[in-house]
Amino acid sequence: MKSALKAFPAKWLAVYAVAYMVFLYAPVILLPMFAFNDATVISFPLTGFTAKWFGVLWQTEALHGALRNSLVVGLSSAVLSTVLGACAARAANRYRFPLKRGIMSFILLPLVLPEIILAVALLVLLMQLGMPLSLVTVVLGHVLICTPFAIAILSSAFQGLDQSLEEASFDLGETRWGTFRRVILPLVMPGVVSSLLITFTISLDEFIIAFFLTGTEVTLPVYIWSQLRFPGKLPSVMALGTILLVLSVLLLILAEWFRRRSAKKQGIEASATGGFA
Amino acid sequence: MTSPLPKPIIDLTGITKSFGTFQALKGINATINEGEFFSLLGPSGCGKTTLLRMIAGFETPTDGTIVIAGQDMAGVPANRRPTNMVFQSYAIFPHLSVAENVGYGLKTRKLPKAEIAQEVEQALQMVDLGGLGSRAAHELSGGQRQRVALARALVMKPKVVLLDEPLSALDKKLRDQMQVELRQLQQRLGITFILVTHDQEEALTMSDRIAVMFDGRIAQLATPEELYRRPVDRRVASFIGVMNFLDARATGRMNGHLALDIPALGSIELPSAQVPEGLDLRNLETIGIRPEMLTILFDGSEQTEHVVRGEVTGTAYYGDMTYYSVRLPGHAEDVTISMRNTAGRSIVPPGSEVPVGWGADSIVLFQ
Repeated sequence: MKSALKAFPAKWLAVYAVAYMVFLYAPVILLPMFAFNDATVISFPLTGFTAKWFGVLWQTEALHGALRNSLVVGLSSAVLSTVLGACAARAANRYRFPLKRGIMSFILLPLVLPEIILAVALLVLLMQLGMPLSLVTVVLGHVLICTPFAIAILSSAFQGLDQSLEEASFDLGETRWGTFRRVILPLVMPGVVSSLLITFTISLDEFIIAFFLTGTEVTLPVYIWSQLRFPGKLPSVMALGTILLVLSVLLLILAEWFRRRSAKKQGIEASATGGFA
Repeated sequence: MTSPLPKPIIDLTGITKSFGTFQALKGINATINEGEFFSLLGPSGCGKTTLLRMIAGFETPTDGTIVIAGQDMAGVPANRRPTNMVFQSYAIFPHLSVAENVGYGLKTRKLPKAEIAQEVEQALQMVDLGGLGSRAAHELSGGQRQRVALARALVMKPKVVLLDEPLSALDKKLRDQMQVELRQLQQRLGITFILVTHDQEEALTMSDRIAVMFDGRIAQLATPEELYRRPVDRRVASFIGVMNFLDARATGRMNGHLALDIPALGSIELPSAQVPEGLDLRNLETIGIRPEMLTILFDGSEQTEHVVRGEVTGTAYYGDMTYYSVRLPGHAEDVTISMRNTAGRSIVPPGSEVPVGWGADSIVLFQ
C-alpha cells in the first residue's frame, strides 16, 4: 500500500484534484455568472452587469406560491424526519432488540435506493390507496428520504452521550422526563439543529419525488423545471438558482457548525466520519 | 466507630442476580452500619459493581431484599432512594457549570434559589473547591471533576454515599492524597460510605470494614486488620498483600495445642486460640506467613522464637524496604521476606546463606 502510493507521483494527484474541482464547480459558477448577465440568451461573451433578473423574480406571483409551498414542505419534512430520526437513533443506541441490525439497515435503505424508483413506487401506492396528490403526499415522500439522514446525524449525537450522565441525573432525584429535558436534550440539541437544517435543505432541493407526488401546487424545483421550457425566463431561473445555491451552502455550513459544537460540548473530537456536511 | 452499638443502615439478605445464564451474584448477606466506611473489594467481574448499582437502584436483584434505613427498597426507583452515587466516570454534566452540577439535585427538590446557592457553596468548600462554582465543566482537571462529583452527592445529604471506583482514573500521587481526604471527610460528616474498588491498598487504608468478593460471593467480611492477619482462605490471603504459602501437615492435638509439621520451617505447636473454629485438620495442607513476619537475622538483631537457615536468591530494593527471595530447605518455591532498611544495615547479596527467624504466632491457618 505504502510503496504503491510512493510510486504514484504526488504531482499527478495534484493535477487530478484540480481537474476534479473544475469539473465539480465550473458549472456551479456559471449559474451566478449568467444570473447577473445583461442578456436573455445564455451564451458567451457576457454583455454587461445587471440585477434585473432578481427583480423579475420579485414580481413573479407563481414563483412566490412555489416558494411558499417549498417552505411548508421543507419545514414539515424537516421536523417530522428529525423527530422520527431521534426516536430511531435513541432506540438503536440504547436498547437491544431482536433483528436490530436488519431493521436499522432497512430504515437506512432509502439513502441508496434510486429516487426515481422510490417516486414511482410511492405514486403507485398512493393511487392504490386512493389518496389525492397534494403537498401532504410530497411531505410523506420527503420524510421517507430525509429520515435516514436524520438518523445518521442524530446517531452520532446520541452515541457521544455517556449513559452514566442519565443515571447521575436519575440518582440525583430527577424524573425520566426531567432527565430528558435537563440533560439529554441540551446535549443532543446541536445535533437536532444540524439534522433540521440538513433535512430542510434536502427537501428544498428535491425534485423527482416532488414532481411525481405533487398535485396542482408545485414546489420550487418543480416550478423551475416548468420554467425551463420558456427561453425568455432562463436568466431569471439562473437568478433563482443562484439564490438557492447560496442558501443551501449557508444552511449546510450552519449545520456542520452545530454538529461540531455538539461534539465539542460532549468533549469529543469532531470526526470526519460523524457528519455529512 | 465511636458508638458502642453499631446501628445498621443497610441490610442485604440473600441477594442473587442472573444475567441470562450467568450468575453475577450468588447469595449476598451483609449488614452495613451507620457512619461506616464500607468497601466492596474484589477482582473485576466479581459482582461488586453490580451489588453497588443494586443499592443505588440501577439494577434489580433477581432474588433477595435490600433494606435501607428500615425501608424495603423493592420497587423504589433510584431517584427516590436515600443514596447518592459518585460514578467511575464522574458523570459531570458537560453543559453545566460547576455550581449548576452540584445544585442539580437540589433543583429537583424545588428549593429557593438563594438556598441552593448557599448549599452549593458549602458543599464546594467541603471538597476544597470554594469559589470555583462558575467554572465550566470542561475546564476542570481529573481531580477537580472527582471533587465536583463528590460535592454533588454530598449536597443531597444522603444516608449513604456510593462510590464506584472513584479514584481509579487519578494518578498515583493524587490517588493517595484523595484516599486520605475521602476518609477524613467521611469521618467528619459521619455519613455511611460504600466504596467499590479492586485496589486492596485503597480498601485497607480507608475502610472500617471490607467485604472481599470472589465470583459473586462474599469470601470474607472483616476489618482491614483482621483481613490481613487472619484471611479465611488462600484466595483472600493472596489478594490482600503478599503471602508466603508453605506446605504443612497437622500431626496431632494435645493439651490445648495443635502440633504442625512444616517441612520448610520445622515442627511447631500452635496454641488453640490461633486455630480458626471449624477447621478440618485432615484437610490442612498449607499454612501462610507474611513476608514481614519472617526476619533475616543480622548481627545484633532481636531474638526470635525459631530460626532456620536459607539462601538468598534475589533482592528487590524499594527504598525504605528490601524484598528478599530466600530458598528454604524442603520447600520448592522461594519465600519472600521484607526487611526495613534501617541505619547500618546493608543489603545481603544473592548467594549468601542467612539465618531466618520467625515466630509461631505469625502462622496463618486457612479453612
